[in-house]
Parts: sequence; structure tokens; C-alpha cells
Amino acid sequence: MTESGTDTCSDLIAAEDVLLFVNAAVTSTGQREFRSEAYQQRLSLDFLHEYVRVNYRNVYAASLALDINDHNAARVVEQLLRTAGEAGADQKRTEGRLIAARLALLPPQRVYRLFRALRAAKVGNRRTRAILREWLAARPDLGHDAVKYRAGLKTAARHFHLPLRTATGSAPAAGELGDFLFKPGVRPRYEHRLLDAYRRAHHEQGAIYELPFTVAEGFAAKHGVERSAFVERITPRMTRLERLRTQREAGADAEGAPERTDLSAMPLTRLALYTLSLTIEERVRRRAELTHALRTSARRVAGPYAGTWGRVAAVLDDSYSASGSGEKRRRPLAVALGGHFLLEALAAPGSYGAWWTSGRTDPLLVRPFGPTPLGMRVVDALEYAPERLVLVSDGWDNAPPGLAGEVLRVWRTRLDRERRTTVVHLNPVYDADGFDVRRLAASVPTAGIRDAEDLPALVEIAQFAEGRTGLAELQAYLDRRIESFLHEYEGGRAT
Amino acid sequence: MTGLDFTGLTTRPAQVWGGVRLVPLVREEPVQGLRLHREVYDRFGEVLVSPGTSYVSYIPHGLVADWSGAGPAENGTGGGQSAAYGTQLNTAHPTAMAVDQHHRMVKRRPSRRKGGRRPGAVARCRFLPLHLAMEGYLALHFGGPTIAWHQWSQEAVRQGLSPRSESAYLGLDVYGLADALRVFEIHPGQCGVMVYVADALAAAFVVPHPDDYRALHPTLLQDMYGELIYQYGYFGGPVPDFEARLGDGRYIATLADLRAAARAQERAWSESHDTVMARGLLGTSYSFERVYRMGSFDLHRFLPPFRVGSDEQHIGELITDHKGRTAYLKTFRLSPAQIRRGHLLNSLADNDWHLARTADRLGTTSEEIVRRIHAAGFGTLLR
Repeated sequence: MTESGTDTCSDLIAAEDVLLFVNAAVTSTGQREFRSEAYQQRLSLDFLHEYVRVNYRNVYAASLALDINDHNAARVVEQLLRTAGEAGADQKRTEGRLIAARLALLPPQRVYRLFRALRAAKVGNRRTRAILREWLAARPDLGHDAVKYRAGLKTAARHFHLPLRTATGSAPAAGELGDFLFKPGVRPRYEHRLLDAYRRAHHEQGAIYELPFTVAEGFAAKHGVERSAFVERITPRMTRLERLRTQREAGADAEGAPERTDLSAMPLTRLALYTLSLTIEERVRRRAELTHALRTSARRVAGPYAGTWGRVAAVLDDSYSASGSGEKRRRPLAVALGGHFLLEALAAPGSYGAWWTSGRTDPLLVRPFGPTPLGMRVVDALEYAPERLVLVSDGWDNAPPGLAGEVLRVWRTRLDRERRTTVVHLNPVYDADGFDVRRLAASVPTAGIRDAEDLPALVEIAQFAEGRTGLAELQAYLDRRIESFLHEYEGGRAT
Repeated sequence: MTGLDFTGLTTRPAQVWGGVRLVPLVREEPVQGLRLHREVYDRFGEVLVSPGTSYVSYIPHGLVADWSGAGPAENGTGGGQSAAYGTQLNTAHPTAMAVDQHHRMVKRRPSRRKGGRRPGAVARCRFLPLHLAMEGYLALHFGGPTIAWHQWSQEAVRQGLSPRSESAYLGLDVYGLADALRVFEIHPGQCGVMVYVADALAAAFVVPHPDDYRALHPTLLQDMYGELIYQYGYFGGPVPDFEARLGDGRYIATLADLRAAARAQERAWSESHDTVMARGLLGTSYSFERVYRMGSFDLHRFLPPFRVGSDEQHIGELITDHKGRTAYLKTFRLSPAQIRRGHLLNSLADNDWHLARTADRLGTTSEEIVRRIHAAGFGTLLR
């Protein structure tokens, strides 16, 4: 083999490795899946993180700019900071910018957990401290963090010697925060509203309704407040997702109850999960409300791309394995349901068809049951003569096994040689044994998916997964993504 | 009736997990007029087989057959759970060595429903699944020698084979079976399953109604499995999927051709399974014994011919409708040692328990027969 030959060969392998890692980092959260235990997922994921970090450090850092999930983003940051010695000065600069941008996107509880992990790993160098200080300084209100993430903030302040000052927002008066965290009970009262509410909540029932929901929950139990009354009064203090989660307790789901939460403001996948958590009768009763919310949410995600995808067919998996696991309950099915509404919004009006594996036609009433006859459904969908065919499935095609791959292969080699139809397979489940998401056929690009919202971006990245694109093109794509990602964060801060 | 009749049951593509292959059997139409419910015992029990004869075993559950024809919708109390009513409490705190007394293997049950049916008409019976079949095997020539040849001991002539024992493994102990059953995707309309471990048929299980199957699917874990299956579970590697193959697609010009080719793959599997993989079960002729009559249904248990040459022999129990079609089936695969024991007892009984004649028939010597009797664990029968 010539030298250039080996080059392209190793290039292809490198490109494959990178996509492998991105797929894993998008889908796996180290939690139990339908077909693998949590420890298998974690073990498999740990290996991939180390493998990619050592061999392709640039790409490893660049993955922060992609739609990888929060669990993996936090892991990547942690690994990068732990092994800073392996990076050059240039690399460090890029990594630092990427880390700062990603931390700003992560939910605060994840970042505080990252602080703890770094502390356990005995990382406390100047660079790390600077990065964390910057993040902390950008927090809108440290008083709020001190109440809600008390242990996290305390650990961070102590281990990293971080000054407890915020650049913006209403910071507590000097020294107050330190006393609150480290010398509770010294001050008779606090100037900061939340800190004082926290102090009063110990003996005054009314004060708990000024606190964030999770903190107030503990005090409510202490004071013996009835749950339904508590949930109703605390609603204004809840975050968006907390409001969705406690809908039933607050009685908002009951028949004839006034609508409390604007469902259409919720993220698409969360909304799909919420819909699937309802009983079939309730879904029928609230059909109009739920459909409207899902459509609105999907249209918001589609944004300027709405109606631009032409004729679209979707094959969606609602087999029993879509029920996920106790930790990721009905996640694969929710992704399929969210994807259904998103694809409907993306397709040209009136030219969208969906085929559920069970043969059901009403998306709102899907439930995970039955085998996965993916092959026949693909044939059904191809009959619709779509421009794009999107498959959302965990890739366990079992009735009969392997038929979907065969159908797609024969379709590509015999019936559609001009490539009129683009086929993409999106897989919500990480296969721990295979170190990748499970594929249907070699000819079908496959990408991992966690949130239905990311579907358009993932369809774009899936084109690299056909095995013909080299590392150079992939690197160019990553550079583009990094640039736009950093521009969004840093540009936003400059103004 | 000599064989099993699987009319109405269609084989669907198998699902593989590790070394376990599960083949679903689907009914177009559920069997009318018969339902099965489960009663949970989950402890050791003593079963009175006949006056003076009883046995002790771990009994996970009993099945209640209900041929009153009242579906869940009709009696309005959720017929699916009716039999388990009140019995679930037993499982809450199993005491150290509680032994349930079960009076008879198959026992009729009074109908719980009030009105509608005249008192005394019984449309339900309780039986102990697999124990029924196992008892048939245990009781094989249980009476012992019919003629008191001098080689047999006094005890053998007086008490026969008593006490006789066989051991089996709990499904939970069969490596990989629990996971395979957990990730199995039940087909709509599924009424049965064939369990293969390392591609050896371990058990066949058929029920009359899909809802019964969904309720009873986990009970496969509490069933008995032979030693062979237990060992195969550990030592057999993962088995491959029988994947669909469409070849190079030379004759496929349209989508309709593609669909036809895909359909043909489904059919090919179903045929090859029934004729190749399940041949040991479906192609054998059995001796049936009717145990109970329930309306137009009959409860049988069956024994295989105990041929020594074939390594696959199943005992089991069966409910058939008036046409002989299978409504309920549960089988147990005998291990080679168990087949040999059955063969030996059958040969002895056929020759009136005369050692020399038996040896003659089997083409061997009396000493060899004595050795075999000792090896089979029946040494105490000999003087």
C-alpha cells in the first residue's frame, strides 16, 4: 500500500472513531437502558472518553460545541481539566474558550457536580480556578445559588478559594454570603431576600413560599404542609420543568381544571415524555390541548426550516423496547413522538407520512408494545415516494431480524440508484457492547439522538456516517460548528 | 391421538438474546371458551396424588382453567384476576418452611360468581402446571415388579418404586433466561412461546388467550427445566440470529417485488422452524393419558416413547379442544439420564420385570442390566 493509501485509510478510521464518540456522547447518559445495565453503559462510555481524549484531543474538545448531552459534556470538561498537561499552549487556549462556553450552557447543578468531581480528583490549578471563577461570576444571583445549591457552592468556595462575588445582579452584601455558608446562626438577619427567607423558613411557614421549589419542599415536609396546597402556592417559584413535573399533584390535570401551565412553551421532548406519561383516556380527553402544544413546540424548533424538507416519510419505533428503562422511562418512544411532530413541521405542508412499527396511525395514543417489524414498515414508507426517509429506532429489528437492512440495501442498489431518496437512521439508544449506536445497514447513515429538538443538526452530521467522508471534511465541519458555537457565546457576552 | 396438533398457531420470527432463542406462537383468534389464570403459592407444597400417595416439591404456582366462557367483560370483575383473588396474600411473608397442602393434582373449583349459573355446575379447576406431567413420569411403573422374581427385594415387591424422586432446575437458575424473557417483545395476539437454550428446545408453552399469555409470560422463569438445559445455559455460547436475506435482488424491479420478497422471508422462517427446529417435539408420537374433562376440553398428560437413540424427548401436559387442537401446552425436556431411566423401566415392565428376558430383548447380559439398574438409582429394588 502506498503512503497516501495508508493516510486515507487511517483518515477514514479516525473519522469513524470521531463519529462513534459523538454518537455515544449524544445518546448515552450512563443510565440503564432497555437492553443494558447502567454499569455496562458507564464502562463502555469511560473507555470511549479515554480513547478519544488520548488519540484525538482536538476532536474531544471540539465535541463540546456539538449537541452532546449534559452528562457527557460535564465529563469532557472534567477530563480536559484533569489532563491539562497533555495539551499544548494553543490547544489549552481553544479548550478554555470551549469549556467556558459550554459551562454557561450547562444547568448549574451539573456544574456544581463537576466542581465536586474536580475536587475529588484533586484538581485545583490556577487555570481551573480561573475558569470556575469566571463561571461563578456570571451567575445572576449567588444568594439564590447559596440557598439552592448550598453544598455545591460551599465545596466550590472552599476547595477552589473562589471569591463569592457576582459581576451582575443582586449580590448579597459583603460578608453575608460567607457567614451564611460557613457560620450559620451568627447573624440575626440577612439583608438578601432569599438568605433571610431561608433563615425564617425554619420557624415561619409563610417564608417557605419565597424559596425555590426544591428547598421549600424540605421545609414543607418539616412544617407538615399538605402536598397539594403546597404545590399550588409554590407554583410561581418553580422552574419550567418542575411545573410540568408537578402538574398532576397540583390538580392541573384533573377534568375541568383551569389550564395552569402553558404546555406549548415546554421543550419538545419533555412535552412528548409528559404526553406519554398520561393514560390513554386522558390523552383522548385532552387531545386538542396536547396536539396543539406539540405542534407549536415543534414549529418553534423548526424555526426558519419549517416546510423546507419536501416530501418526508418517517418510520417510528413503538415496539416494547421503546419503553426504555426505569431510569430512562419511555425515552426512545418520546424521541420518536417528538420527531414525528418535528418532521411534520419540517416537511412541506401535506406531504408527510408516518409509519409506526405497531401499525398504529394515531401518534397521540402510541404506547410501547409489540415486536419491531421495521422491514415491512420501511417498504410501506418507501411506497410513499418520499424525498427523505427518516427512521427513528433503537436498531433492534426483529420481525424478522435484519429485514430492514436488507430492504434498504436492495432499494439502494436496485430500485433507487439515482439516490432520489435520502435515508437517515436516528437511534436514541447507545449500544454498550458495540461502542456505538446500532446500525440497520452499512449503507444507511446512522446518528445517535437524545432530544428530538436536535434532529435537523443530527441529520446533517449523519451524512458523514456513510463511511466515505474523510477526516479533513469532518474537521472542517467541526471547525465551522466551533466557530458558530463560540461566536454565539462570546458575541453574546460582548454586547 | 398420538401427536401434538398446532393448528391455529403461527410461528413468528424468533428473538435471540445471548444463548436463548424465543420463538413466539401467535393465534389469529383466541380459543373460545377457555381461560387460564394463575394462583401464586411460591413455596414448598405437599400434594396428595391418591390416598396414601403424596409428594413434596417446590410449587411456584397453580393454574386455574375456567371454561365457563365468561370473559373479563362479561363478569365485570376483571376475569383475568378473578382466580388470584385472595391468594396473593399468601406470598407476602413466606415463613421458613411452610408447606401447603394441595389436595389432588387437578381439583375442581366452585365458581366464585353468584347467580347466573345453577349451583353445583363447576366450570373451573385448579391444576399444578408441569407437576402434572412430571408426576406422570414419576409414576411410570410406580407399582414395581408385577411378578416377584427372586432378584427383587421384598421392599420392591411391596412398595414398588416408592419413594421416587427427580430433580429439576428453576428457570431463574438457567443462565440468560431471565434477561431473554425480560427483553422479549411480545407479539400482538401471541399465545405461546418455544424456548430454545443453545438451540436445544427447552420448553414449549401455549395458552388459549393472548391476555393469559401476557400474564403468564414471567412464570416461565419459575418453571422447571432439565439438567441439560441448565448446562447448555452455562456452556452454550450466544446463538446467531436467522437474519433475513434478499440476495442480490436481481429479480426485484418494483416495490411490490420487494414487498413480496420480504413476505417470502417471513414464511421461510416459519416453515423452517416447524420442520427443522421443532421437529423433536412435533414429530414424535406420544402416549396420552386423559386426566380431566372440562366441558368440551380435555386435560391430558403425555409421555414420550423413551427411545434411547434420540436425545430429545419431552414430557408435558396438554388441553385440547373437541377437535384435538392445542389450547394449552407445557412441556419439560427430559435429560438423557431421565430418558434412559424411562427406557429401562419400560423395558423391564414389558418383560414382566424378568431380568434375563429383558437382557435378551435389549441384546445384553443380566449383569449389565443389574449394573444399569444400580446406575439409574434403583439399586434398592434389587436383593
